[in-house]
Amino acid sequence: MVDLFELLIGKESDKDYKKKPVIVQGITGKFGAFHTQQMLAYGTNIVAGVTPGKGGQKQEGVPIYETMSQAVSATGAKISIIFVPAKFFLSAAVEALESGIKLLIAIPEHVPVKDALTIVDLAKKKDAIVVGPNTPGIIIPGIIKIGIMPAMPFKEGRIAVISRSGTLMYEVSHNLSVANFGQSVCFGIGGDPINGTPLIQAFDTIRDGANIDGIVVVGEIGGDAEEMLAQHIIDTKFDKPVVAYIAGRAAPKEKRMGHAGAIVYGNYGSAESKVSMYAKANVPVAKRPAEVPMLLAGKFEKGRIK
Amino acid sequence: MRLLEYQAKSLFSEYNIPIPKGLTSTDIVQGRKDAAVLGFPFVIKAQMAVGGRGKAGAIQKCQNADEFELKYPDIMQKVVKGEKTKAILLEKMADIKKELYLSLFLNRGKRCYTIIASGEGGVEIESVKNQIIHEVGLGSVDAKTAEEVGKKMGLKDKPLTQFVDILQKLAKITIEKEAELAEINPLAVLGDDSVVALDGKVIIDDNAMFRHEELRKFQEVSELEERAEKSGFSLVELDGNIAVVGNGAGLVMSTLDMLSDNGGKPACFLDVGGGATTETVYEALTLISKMKKVKGILVNLYGGIVKTTTVATAFIKAYEDKIIDLPVFARMSGAEADRSKEMLKGSRTKMFDTIEEAINAAVIEMNKNG
Repeated sequence: MVDLFELLIGKESDKDYKKKPVIVQGITGKFGAFHTQQMLAYGTNIVAGVTPGKGGQKQEGVPIYETMSQAVSATGAKISIIFVPAKFFLSAAVEALESGIKLLIAIPEHVPVKDALTIVDLAKKKDAIVVGPNTPGIIIPGIIKIGIMPAMPFKEGRIAVISRSGTLMYEVSHNLSVANFGQSVCFGIGGDPINGTPLIQAFDTIRDGANIDGIVVVGEIGGDAEEMLAQHIIDTKFDKPVVAYIAGRAAPKEKRMGHAGAIVYGNYGSAESKVSMYAKANVPVAKRPAEVPMLLAGKFEKGRIK
Repeated sequence: MRLLEYQAKSLFSEYNIPIPKGLTSTDIVQGRKDAAVLGFPFVIKAQMAVGGRGKAGAIQKCQNADEFELKYPDIMQKVVKGEKTKAILLEKMADIKKELYLSLFLNRGKRCYTIIASGEGGVEIESVKNQIIHEVGLGSVDAKTAEEVGKKMGLKDKPLTQFVDILQKLAKITIEKEAELAEINPLAVLGDDSVVALDGKVIIDDNAMFRHEELRKFQEVSELEERAEKSGFSLVELDGNIAVVGNGAGLVMSTLDMLSDNGGKPACFLDVGGGATTETVYEALTLISKMKKVKGILVNLYGGIVKTTTVATAFIKAYEDKIIDLPVFARMSGAEADRSKEMLKGSRTKMFDTIEEAINAAVIEMNKNG
C-alpha cells in the first residue's frame, strides 16, 4: 500500500526529500496556469505540465508534454494534479494512473458519479491514492501545497484538518492559525458524493502518518461519512482531541446545497444525525467556524486536568 | 434531477418494465379526454417531487365523472411539503395481491451501487421492514443475483421470474441513465401473478446530464436557476428576506446556519464558486435583484488569493448601474480590507471584519423594517 506522506514528503535519505516532483495536467488552462504559478510560489516542485497539442512549449518555465506517459518518464514524478474540465476528467485520470501516478489530486467539480467510481476502482487496482474530485487539494504548511487553496490561512503546526469543503477548510484553518494552532496537514477530501479518499481513510492516513496533537473534521450535510467516522473513533479508541464542524443545519431537505454531495434525504445525511453520532464519540461540534479553536483548546485543557 | 412519477414510468416503459395504463395532463380539459380514454374507475395522482402524497390526499381514487370534476381541480392545487402539483397522472387501478419494495441506489459510504429490496413494500423506505441489502459494484445485476434477492423476498414461480427480469432492467436504467437512485415502491404482484411498477422515483446525476440529451425534456429549472447555472453558480431559493451569497458551498451553508441561529430568514443560498471576481459578484447581485422578496443581502467571501477591493468594486458598480438598491452586509477576509471599507463609505454596503458582526447588523436592520 502506498503511503501518502512518503509520496508528499519522502524520507530524509531521498535526494528530493521535501521536494517531491509534481505534474500539472491541464497546465495551460486559465485555472491551471494561475494555480501552477501559485504552487510554484509556495515552493512546490512542479516539474512538468501536460496539455495535448502544446508539447514542447513552457508554462511558468515548466516544460509541457503531450501525454502523461511522456511527462512521467521524463521526470519520474509520482504525483499529479488535474485541472481539466469535468467532461475530460475521466480520460485524464485514467491516463495518469496508467502512466504510474501514485497520488492523484482531482480538482474538477461536476465530475459524474460514474466516472468517479471508475477511477476509484482503477486506483485500487493500481495501488494509487486519489484525492477528490471537487477538492481544494492538500497542503502541508511550509513544505508542499498541491491544490487551489490560498497560502495565507495556513501555518505550520501539529493540528490536522480534514474537510469536505474548500473555503471552509481555509476559514477553519485561518481561525486555528490565529489561535496559534498551526497545522501539520490540511486535507480536502472533496464535496462530491464519491470521494477518492473517503473521510475515514483520510482520518486513518493522518492518524498513522502525520505528527499531530489533534484533528479537526470539517463536514457538511449529506451522506453518512461523519457517522461512520464517529463510529470508527469509538471502535479504534482514538484518544487525541477531535473537534468537528458541520455546515448545513439550516438547509432544507432534498435540496442540493451547492456541493453535489450536500443533500439530505429524510434523516439520511441530516446534521442532527451527524451531531448525535459525534456526541457518542465524545467529539464536540462547533456551531460556527470561529468556535472550532475554542472547542479544541477546551479539549486540551481537559486533557491536562486529567 | 429528480424525475416525476410519470417521467420515471416513461423510462420504465422504454426498458419494458411493466407499468399500469396511464395518461398525464396539466389541465382539466385534457384530463377529461384522458378520463374518457381510460374509463372509470381510476386513480388520480398528483405529480410532484416529494414523498407522502397518499397521506396528503394528493392521490385519490375516482369512480365516476362527478367525482372527477371535484377531485381533479382539488389535486391540481395541492401543495405537499412545499411542492406544488406539476401535472396529473390518471392511472388504471390494479388488483394488488402483494406490495414489494425495490431500489438501486448509489451507496456513498461503500462507494458502489446497492440493491435494497423487501417483500413488504408500499411504505416509505425508513419504515420498510425485512430489508434485503446487496452490494453490486458499478450497478450491473446478473440473473443469479436477482434470483437470490427475489427468493429472499419470498417470491417464487411466475412472480419470481418477473421480478428477476424487472430488477435487471432497473439496473440497466441505473447504469445507462446514470441514476443515483432508481426506486419502485410499491412494486406490486397482481391477482394474475404479474408484477407491475405502481410508482417510480428516479434521480439522475446532474453532473452526468451532458451525456443525456434525451433526458433534457424532463428538466425543469426556473429562469433564475438557469441563469445561475450559466454563470457557474449554485442557487437554492428559500422563503425568507435576506439573500445569502458567498464563495464555496460549505461557506454559504455555514453562513445560512449562523443567520438562522440569530433569527434571520434566508431568501436564498447563492454560491458563486470558489473564486470571487468583480464579474461574479456583480452577476450575483443582478440575480438577487430579480427576487422580489429580498430586503437585504448578506455576503460572506473568503478572499485568500482575491483582493477585497475587487469585490468592493462590484458593489459600487451595481449601485451605480442601479442594479440594486438594497442594504448589503458584507464580510470579506483578505488583502486590502481597509481600502475596501474606504471605497464603500457612503454606499449602502457595510463591510465587517467578521461574519458574526455582519449577521447581527443584517438581522437588526431587517427587524427594524418589520
